[in-house]
Amino acid sequence: MAKVLMKGNEAIALAAIKGGVDAFYGYPITPQNEVPEYLSKHLLANGKVFLQAESEVAAINMVYGAAGAGKRVMTSSSSPGIALKQEGISYIAAAELPCVIVSVMRGGPGLGGIQPSQADYYQATRGGGNGDYQLIVYAPESIQETIDIMKESFDIADYYRNPVMVLVDGLIGQMMESVDFDKPVKERFLPEKDWATNGTMNHPGKRNIANSLQIDPKALEQHNIHLQEKYNTVKKNEVRYELINFDDPEYVIVAYGTMARICRSAIELLEKEGISVGMIRPISLFPYPKEAFAKIPDKAKGILTCELSQGQMLDDVLIANNGKHKVGFFGRSGGMLPDPEEIVEAIKNFNERVVK
Amino acid sequence: MKKTSNVKVAGFGGQGVMMFGQVLAYSATKDELFGLWFPSYGPETRGGTANCSVIVSDKQINSPVFKNADHLVAFNLPSLEKFRTKVEKDGLILYNGSLIKDDVKEDNILCIGVPVNDIANDLGNVRVANMVMMGAYLELTKLFSDETIEAIIKKFLGERKADLLDINMKAIEKGKAFIKDLGVNYA
Amino acid sequence: MTVKYEKTKGLTDKPLSYCPGCTHGIVHKLVGESLVELDILDRAIAIASVGCSVFSYQFFNCDAQQAPHGRACAEATGIKRVLPDNIVFTYQGDGDLASIGIAETIHAANRGENITVIFINNAIYGMTGGQMAPTSLIGQKTTTSQDGRNQADHGNPIKISEMFKTIEGVAYLERVAVNNPKNVIRAKKAIKKAFKYQKEKRGFTMIEVLSSCPVNWGMKPVDALKWIESDMIPNYPLGVFKDKGADDEKN
Repeated sequence: MAKVLMKGNEAIALAAIKGGVDAFYGYPITPQNEVPEYLSKHLLANGKVFLQAESEVAAINMVYGAAGAGKRVMTSSSSPGIALKQEGISYIAAAELPCVIVSVMRGGPGLGGIQPSQADYYQATRGGGNGDYQLIVYAPESIQETIDIMKESFDIADYYRNPVMVLVDGLIGQMMESVDFDKPVKERFLPEKDWATNGTMNHPGKRNIANSLQIDPKALEQHNIHLQEKYNTVKKNEVRYELINFDDPEYVIVAYGTMARICRSAIELLEKEGISVGMIRPISLFPYPKEAFAKIPDKAKGILTCELSQGQMLDDVLIANNGKHKVGFFGRSGGMLPDPEEIVEAIKNFNERVVK
Repeated sequence: MKKTSNVKVAGFGGQGVMMFGQVLAYSATKDELFGLWFPSYGPETRGGTANCSVIVSDKQINSPVFKNADHLVAFNLPSLEKFRTKVEKDGLILYNGSLIKDDVKEDNILCIGVPVNDIANDLGNVRVANMVMMGAYLELTKLFSDETIEAIIKKFLGERKADLLDINMKAIEKGKAFIKDLGVNYA
Repeated sequence: MTVKYEKTKGLTDKPLSYCPGCTHGIVHKLVGESLVELDILDRAIAIASVGCSVFSYQFFNCDAQQAPHGRACAEATGIKRVLPDNIVFTYQGDGDLASIGIAETIHAANRGENITVIFINNAIYGMTGGQMAPTSLIGQKTTTSQDGRNQADHGNPIKISEMFKTIEGVAYLERVAVNNPKNVIRAKKAIKKAFKYQKEKRGFTMIEVLSSCPVNWGMKPVDALKWIESDMIPNYPLGVFKDKGADDEKN
């Protein structure tokens, strides 16, 4: 297939279909509405399931039900909607059910605004649901990368029996780019879903239960240990990041999503002025690419974390840096997008941005 | 042509601003270049004007956001006023000469008024004013061939409005002719 | 020796976790028997809710999911939409269904989801220790209405069957009680009919079961059954509220 120009949200929907989605359950919220709109047309036409739920709360529990039944299921929402889904997400993670959650971030807190933002980094990587659980979180920087990750995310969710979150900002959802849907997806061995609650007729002699309740503390602790072992495997196998301009950089920027693309242009502008700046671009936010920080040259003058928020990923940068380099922060929020020149200025005035 | 063109298109809602921008992004994609389009999305939406950003490039596009445009296409006065100071040196400002009567001048920027409403009215449909502008824009920038543009406009119109292809292509022709008559070169 | 009676294969051998004198066990039995008699046990998926029946996934002898508080009908919807030929039912108490889960239940009913809801109304929160439920009666003393429920502060007991009968998507709706053998037989018929309707893909079916909670009501089991008769049934009259099958036959 030749390249096509497509809106990010629609591309997410088509990539989900290419990834084999069986069912979508969601609730309208800006700026992700083109995802359900596209799917309502194309899933139903192909005998798949699309249902607009009465609320985000209901939608995520429909996802729980269908995921437990062994189907490939997804939902999509935006910041306040994802907040409402946290309860269900915790249950899904606890019951170890696979699903894909698309989060198209807008400015917050509260109702906030509808412009692009990255203020839900904590929400995605720390979660608002209860208990020790983790989502596998990917934060692509372009519509192309979003498509590639969406297609693969159902496999990853199935492989680990864990919810995968694809985290983009509203700009990726709303803009159009030239994209290619035919890039191959990494092959994974996916075992049969012999745990699915699809009726004992499909697995005679064994009852399947999707459950998060463990009333016996010993059993619950064992379950938690098991989950942590799984997350450790994810940390070992699924870290993704890109190093950009990493031959002897004077400064290193850390940025993801749309912010990383703005920083790419800033790096080009800085290069013209003779300032060499590299970038660590985390693609997986959980697991966080801590090991990339070991590749920063000792003599680098500092690390500038750039976010469309007031400093959330900054925590992970500080942990990964472990006191080795000076760390600075540049952030815009509420839907304000910086242009590359602002990042250039931030690098030039790095010392003013150092986090104490 | 410069390898990457950052274009800002702005005007009143209903003047075909979004379509103008999308035709460029679709054409880039068809010609196996990289195209990126996004609507005014953010605080810029205030003030009653619609605008979109387009990037056409022969390489992977980095920042979707740009400080200054290489080309500004302004369909009304508020849009011109809002964005005329955000155009790169050696850039281009194309504006709607039917609505903006004063001569527009900026240092080191080629500024051309095209009476797109008048030309479109002469053709019998003011709604093709945006394609008159497209003709003028393409004559100056040489970004895309007539074949590419025709294929994209066909796609936009679909079967339902297929009968409007002729007038749209005529509008583009008139826009091109207007620039040729001026004898201006840009690209 | 001839076998006169056997425990239903619709339930597992796991001992029930309910308190002495509680009628949850009877309702479990009626559900299990219905699934076996209609030959749908092996394609049934139970949704356990939050409340006393939170462990019901251990008792129904079929596949099961355990839902967050109030979300059973959403979860059931999610399953039924992808597995339309399976039998999906929820088993929910009054706190779960009539309070925190009222939205999910109404919308599942309104969409005519082809699922069956077994709604246990015992006028109290059992699992958490006897707090006031939306179905608690006026004057009923609970741990959070110690002077008795009053209309001014707490509103009136919510009448779920009366509300749901107005919803187009509901195919079968009956309120029953399990306080005496005659009523138990009626309850069995109702539950079986609901599952039969689901098998026939007629739409949303719900059976409201007036059930006892002697421990939290502070009564002996026999007195609790009497209280269902003397106090609950007058507030919650038994009967068929909606039967699309019978309506279809009439027309």
